[in-house]
Amino acid sequence: MTGESMTTSTETHTTEQIEVAGRRVQYLQGGSGDPVLVLHHSIGNHGWLPAYEALAATRQVLVPDLPGYGQSERPEWARETRDIAILVLQMLDKLGLGPTPVVGLGFGGWIAAEMATMNQQRISGLVLVGAPGIQPDEGEILDQMLIDYDEYVRAGFSNEESFHAEFGEDPAPEVRELWDFSREMTARLTWKPYMFNRRLPHLLQEVQTPTLLVRGADDGVVPLAVAQAYAAALPNASIEVVADCGHMVDMEQPERLAELVAAHLG
Amino acid sequence: MFIGHFTERPYQDPESGVFGTTARPIPDLGITNEVYNPEVGAELYNRYLDERVYAEEMGFDGVMLNEHHSTPFCMGSVMNVEAAILARITKKVKIVLLGNILPIWDDPLFLAEELAEIDMISRGRLVTGWVRGTGRESVSHNSQPPFNWERFQEAHDFIVKAWTTPGPYRWEGEHYNFRYVNPWAKPYQEPHPPIWIPGVMSKNTVEWSARHRYPYVMLATDLEPTKQSFEYYSEVAAEEGYEAGTQHRGYLFKVHVDETEELAYETAQKYVQGPPNPFLEGNQGVVRTFLQNLPGLTSRTHLLPTSINRAAAVARGRLESEDGEPRKEILSAAGFQGTYDEQLERYTIITGTPKTVIPKIRHVLEYLRPGAIFFWDGDGAMSHEDQMRSLKLFGEEVLPATREIGEELELRGPYEVDPATNEPVADEAAAPA
Repeated sequence: MTGESMTTSTETHTTEQIEVAGRRVQYLQGGSGDPVLVLHHSIGNHGWLPAYEALAATRQVLVPDLPGYGQSERPEWARETRDIAILVLQMLDKLGLGPTPVVGLGFGGWIAAEMATMNQQRISGLVLVGAPGIQPDEGEILDQMLIDYDEYVRAGFSNEESFHAEFGEDPAPEVRELWDFSREMTARLTWKPYMFNRRLPHLLQEVQTPTLLVRGADDGVVPLAVAQAYAAALPNASIEVVADCGHMVDMEQPERLAELVAAHLG
Repeated sequence: MFIGHFTERPYQDPESGVFGTTARPIPDLGITNEVYNPEVGAELYNRYLDERVYAEEMGFDGVMLNEHHSTPFCMGSVMNVEAAILARITKKVKIVLLGNILPIWDDPLFLAEELAEIDMISRGRLVTGWVRGTGRESVSHNSQPPFNWERFQEAHDFIVKAWTTPGPYRWEGEHYNFRYVNPWAKPYQEPHPPIWIPGVMSKNTVEWSARHRYPYVMLATDLEPTKQSFEYYSEVAAEEGYEAGTQHRGYLFKVHVDETEELAYETAQKYVQGPPNPFLEGNQGVVRTFLQNLPGLTSRTHLLPTSINRAAAVARGRLESEDGEPRKEILSAAGFQGTYDEQLERYTIITGTPKTVIPKIRHVLEYLRPGAIFFWDGDGAMSHEDQMRSLKLFGEEVLPATREIGEELELRGPYEVDPATNEPVADEAAAPA
């Protein structure tokens, strides 16, 4: 690991910072072994989650706050999802990482797919978890801009109890603040069209990266047709459906997700 | 003093199910246009135009139009069409547009052309005003809220340049790109129509208006926060090296005049009995937080004191509960009698005979010292007859008395003292009718 980074330690992980294109990017890092990059949902990153801890059993896990989210400074000029994909690739360069597998959660999955179209040599494997990014030919991606942000997060779970288990009945003010803040950045990147890029499926046809598409069986945010479109466009992709799970596979079924990732990435 | 008349032009259709105190939840952007009846629309558009013509006859200096989208409380989604008609069928009244929603225009050159045409057809009677719009407008015309303020400013700069700089030239901005700017329509007024900026809660906009020396028109906000906003304008003006005066302050407030006190009380209650209107306290419908809090629409750290009122509206229970259903107290609050009386006490609605209304108007003028005022009337569930009775009494008694008060208090409007220079306006032709 190289780079001009700054470290804060906890028992399980450290908090690091690096500058990319003139802006600070903060990331969490834990575990050891071959690295894996995890990109968070559009609602922001909620700290070192059990899913990351599970992945860290066998790998070094890097979870950046995407530029403009959480503790990573906003690139004012970034106005397309692709801009973030470029910045994350530049971050990998700066960290001196070789070909790296990427696990993209929801919106982070779309970013991971864009990264693969730009430079597939840098991406050794892809796990796209409930990724939007392609316009579904059946159904619509749930529009978070037309509902309250907490209603949107609730919609990401298969049932109310799962949401409560993660955030409590009444989410903490700082959590709600994160959602509110994250939504603003998301609106800067993908207000229209909402959560997809018409060019993406065409470009994915040349991406040879082995890809696992993970989808919660009860995902109420991103329709099945999107995963199917990814599978149809990518030459080396398969779909894995996780039972008893909504859009937030990383929160509802962290162990299962870690198993799937480990099996796919080897 | 400049005195204008205003109504939102509500879509009044008792058959629609969204009119009057229905006591059922009607969320903002929650009404299907399946119920829209163009025959009703035809009657109403013509009625509102007729009332504007009568307002001119009764001696108002200006008729004010506004713009909202996808909602029954305001039929002015394309107010420039109404303005163009008024430009032709009125003779001397100023046509005050408060305002076009700049950020939702993807092609502001069209707007520059439309406004120039209106100004020419009216032979220089256009007052143009620009706003940022609410969440409703950003959603309806799908304009990216985080860039609302950027787009507002760039569209403003673009239009003013299109009006004042001979073309052709090129414009390559962040949000607007034109390879050939050379509109074959220029404003009648030199250098361009007066620009007045209306608003309620964005501190950014007050500051921006003060830096441009544009009069700022507060839209039916409570007296105290309105005064504070004017004071903030004056502070910024001082920073800019000029003294803000009455010519920089406008105020819109609800005044209905009628023949008897009883009739006035009964009729003014109709303010809160039309289609749900988030701007009409007591009949807001169900406020939706996602619309008020669209990401990035308003900077969270720059709220004017008037935003306190919105918080109060929320606290009064006119907000969706967690499950999206209205709270119980909303359903039991049919009639809103208490709220109406409270508004009368707070002067957010003024009504009565000329004899009782004039002292209340004096109070507002003394308290706020605006150089331009607009009486907001004929709204909600008020009928054509209600509006015509009021307009007649305005003309016969209220306007002359208000002008006297304005003289006494030295409330000079933007047509008497130029807001851009603080010099008296020399051109008599430009003075109020």
